[in-house]
Amino acid sequence: MNATNRFAREFEAIVKAYEMAGGDPAVFRSPRIASLVVSGSKVLGANETPGIHLEAEELPSGVRARVIVEPGVHIEYPVHLCFGVLPKEGVQEIHSHFEIGDGAQVAFLTHCTFPNAVKVKHVMDARIRVGKGALMHYAESHYHGESGGIEVISKAQIEVEEGGRYISGFELTHGRVGKLEFDYVVDVAARGVAELTAKAYGYGDDEIVVRETIRLNGERARGMAKSRIAVRDRARSEVVGTTEGNAPFTRGHVDCVEIVRDNAVANAIPVVRVKDPTAYITHEAAIGTVNKKELETLMARGLSEEEAVDVIIKGMLEG
Amino acid sequence: MGIILSIENLWLEREGKAILRRVNLSVQQGTVHCLLGRNGSGKSTLAYTLIGSRGYVPSQGRIVFDGKDITHLSITDRARLGLTLAWQEPARFEGIRVGDYIALGMKEPSRERIEEALRAVALSPAEYLHRTVNENLSGGERKRIELAAVYAMRPKLAILDEPDSGIDVLSLDDIARLIRRMTEEGVTVLLITHRDRMVPVADVASLICEGEIIRTGDPRTVREHYARRCVPCKVAEPVETVRDYERYQ
Repeated sequence: MNATNRFAREFEAIVKAYEMAGGDPAVFRSPRIASLVVSGSKVLGANETPGIHLEAEELPSGVRARVIVEPGVHIEYPVHLCFGVLPKEGVQEIHSHFEIGDGAQVAFLTHCTFPNAVKVKHVMDARIRVGKGALMHYAESHYHGESGGIEVISKAQIEVEEGGRYISGFELTHGRVGKLEFDYVVDVAARGVAELTAKAYGYGDDEIVVRETIRLNGERARGMAKSRIAVRDRARSEVVGTTEGNAPFTRGHVDCVEIVRDNAVANAIPVVRVKDPTAYITHEAAIGTVNKKELETLMARGLSEEEAVDVIIKGMLEG
Repeated sequence: MGIILSIENLWLEREGKAILRRVNLSVQQGTVHCLLGRNGSGKSTLAYTLIGSRGYVPSQGRIVFDGKDITHLSITDRARLGLTLAWQEPARFEGIRVGDYIALGMKEPSRERIEEALRAVALSPAEYLHRTVNENLSGGERKRIELAAVYAMRPKLAILDEPDSGIDVLSLDDIARLIRRMTEEGVTVLLITHRDRMVPVADVASLICEGEIIRTGDPRTVREHYARRCVPCKVAEPVETVRDYERYQ
């Protein structure tokens, strides 16, 4: 088999895995949609559209990627990023740098897929700058196999400049979590907005650690750190949601809900820190089994207890 | 028409105190039976006991539904036999859409039936079908959706717990119309209320006081007794309120 055929086959395989993760494979063939496809440490595809530049450099165990959106440009279609490891074992490190120019608007849909993972480590290490008045949506969803032999380390340092908005959602709700360490830190300048949402469903002996930190450093900056976690069997979860009101009239909220079943264990640590008397930061955290009234309402419609729990957890994680 | 629900000498006790006492009640199939009583008289407690809620296990007596002793059946089994409840304070569900919520209780879900159910409680399907059953809905909207879900389910017996209480709920005429539609489809209704204005909707009424059914009969007679003797109440202490529900696991 020659190199071109091998490349084509690997591209087809990762795109198929992307489809299993809920993505639409047609996006990688559309010239109007910017995209980047990385399998292991190979860059299989990179498509730029006007106003967005994607640079990817292969490393021994991953890829260094640079994404630049020009100032003032509104990217019409979401940018699709596909990362994955198809073999049972492997390491993939994605070191990325996002530069969203002043006044630009862009959305990213990222799928990370590891359908066969038995011993896989996936590291996402991102530096993100959202320029003045810019808007960045970032959604990352994972699809893992059922072995649980995967470790995901997802870290990001985000800087939101004056009037900028950063809105992200992270989902690991299909397949075993394995071991997840999620750690996002956002610094928000005046009148900027940051909204972080993390969702995960752990079972077996999965381990979930979610740390969301929002530092509201500029006047009237706003932020919300939201997490929705469900654990059952012997899975463990820990959520640390931190919001700091470091400047006048900042507004922030930490919102954590964890559902615990069987012998699973969940911890939630909402941290609220205020350095200015006009800042207003709130938090709510709820950990426990499924709410009795929710459960019995669905059972009174004829669902079994297991079916009812499933509906409630899916609703929480997919809503 | 026979008896669809028969409650025989039912007692529910908690910490040595009788919450429901020697409850005897028969509900005729195809009728609207109103259970009237002041707040805390045990109406909702009886409803939770009838559906088989956790923590509501009777110490004596039995419940016969459609000819079958259901006293020790689970909520699910009772619901599958055709017994359900529209809650006084309905739960909210993160991430579940109105259309999906209504469909959950239907044996053969269809969009037509779901939309019909929403229209029956004066909600526009176009506006509500895709909304989420969460805290973004008002209490009144949530109650209407609860009634729509029960209507769409077509149970044999629907217990409606205080359908007219709260803000932004259906008008009395709307509730009467909904109940009439339910009975036309063969659903028997046990209507729980503390407002005597609801009583004319019923074919039969019972009065509950301190966990005990003290009178059953013609709705006008029961209503007169309630208005004359029970408002304001001079004799009874609340036995249990709807707020106690979460305490009992």
